[in-house]
Amino acid sequence: MDVILENLPLYWNGFLRTLFLSVVSGVIALVLGTLLAAARVSPVAALRGFSTVYVEVLRNTPLTIAFFFAAIVLPRLGVKFEQFEIAAIIALSTYTAAFIAEAVRSGVNSVPVGQAEAARSIGMNFGQVLNLIILPQALRTVIPPLINILIALVKNSSVAGAFFVLELFGYGRQLANANGDAVIPVLLGVAFFYLLLTVPLGILASTVERKVAIAR
Amino acid sequence: MTTHVPGDALVSLNAVNKHYGQLHVLKDINLQVRKGEVVVVIGPSGSGKSTLCRAINRLETIEGGTISIDGKVLPEEGKELAQLRADVGMVFQSFNLFAHKTILENVTLGPIKVKGVAKGTADKDAMALLERVGVGHQAPKLPAQLSGGQQQRVAIARALAMKPKVMLFDEPTSALDPEMINEVLDVMVQLAKEGMTMIVVTHEMGFARKAADRVVFMADGQIVEDATPEEFFTNPKSDRAKDFLSKLLTH
Repeated sequence: MDVILENLPLYWNGFLRTLFLSVVSGVIALVLGTLLAAARVSPVAALRGFSTVYVEVLRNTPLTIAFFFAAIVLPRLGVKFEQFEIAAIIALSTYTAAFIAEAVRSGVNSVPVGQAEAARSIGMNFGQVLNLIILPQALRTVIPPLINILIALVKNSSVAGAFFVLELFGYGRQLANANGDAVIPVLLGVAFFYLLLTVPLGILASTVERKVAIAR
Repeated sequence: MTTHVPGDALVSLNAVNKHYGQLHVLKDINLQVRKGEVVVVIGPSGSGKSTLCRAINRLETIEGGTISIDGKVLPEEGKELAQLRADVGMVFQSFNLFAHKTILENVTLGPIKVKGVAKGTADKDAMALLERVGVGHQAPKLPAQLSGGQQQRVAIARALAMKPKVMLFDEPTSALDPEMINEVLDVMVQLAKEGMTMIVVTHEMGFARKAADRVVFMADGQIVEDATPEEFFTNPKSDRAKDFLSKLLTH
């Protein structure tokens, strides 16, 4: 236990880094994912096709591949970053966006088709139908699965530790290397700080689920 | 059949065709509806009458022929289509009120977002419409808190708020409990009296007799008869219509 208490500042630092990675990637993924879902249900075939291919490719390949692309392939294509953190954010947000797109799409599909027909009948265009009628109703059913995806994102951010980004897991690895006799407490400490992020998210998910059920 | 001057038609369908896979749901449909006319479309289920109604504001696409509203051919997509739809009120079998909006918002959303009417004006107009259909006191509630009959009357108010040139009713009373049917039909009869152009798909023969200028009888995707209610109910010409009416009247 001493090893955790002694290195508390380091843990805290790692915790904040993980929080930062998760929040930034999460926000980007939410925006990108919602746009992808909108493209998926749009009347434009090219947008639907792009969104489908994007989602299927990212959702069905390991996150590590996304990281390799962002950290190694992108720089070779001329996209250079000052820090690996940027690559980590790109990998995490593009990967997570695919899952968010699927969740939002299923939410959109859960809204009865008559809602969109009624909205179109009073002369709304595609954007208005989506923004004023479909998404507000879809988001209520989508919030619990979205939070699950964000929990996965927090955990997935640990992959960044393997790509030279010092976040919670990265610091944990350093500590484990430095304290060969106390690897188990070190890792328990890491787990504890992850739980500090993910457990409140889980509680939030179940609270929201109870509150936003929509009456039909 | 009444004769029409072509330029006179507010809604005009010319040689409209549509398939659902193998099924030919609309076969060479020709129909002209003049301004102020109330046309009731009846027929057995699967005859294509709902599809016809939904095609008029392009909720269903068509494969052949043209549909024009007030002289303008229905565009395929985009801004022009949205504009044209704003002129065509639609009332659905399942009401389709926006579940997350209050009754008042359901009625004001179109005028505010589509027509750019100021909120104050839209609220005032919407309240007047809600009073007119008898649900003014329900304005702050959500749709799920209202009965089916009340929801359908709100749906009519929502369509009227756009000041449409023509109103389409797609089996507006089919999802209602029997005791609520009349409250909706009364609103529709009133609307017909005030001179609204209406195309009504319904099984309510009483409404057809009372309010219709013409009855269009459809079977197997075709318009089989097009006559005044008097003519149609007392002296149907086709065997198909005779058969349909005999089934209705024996119970």
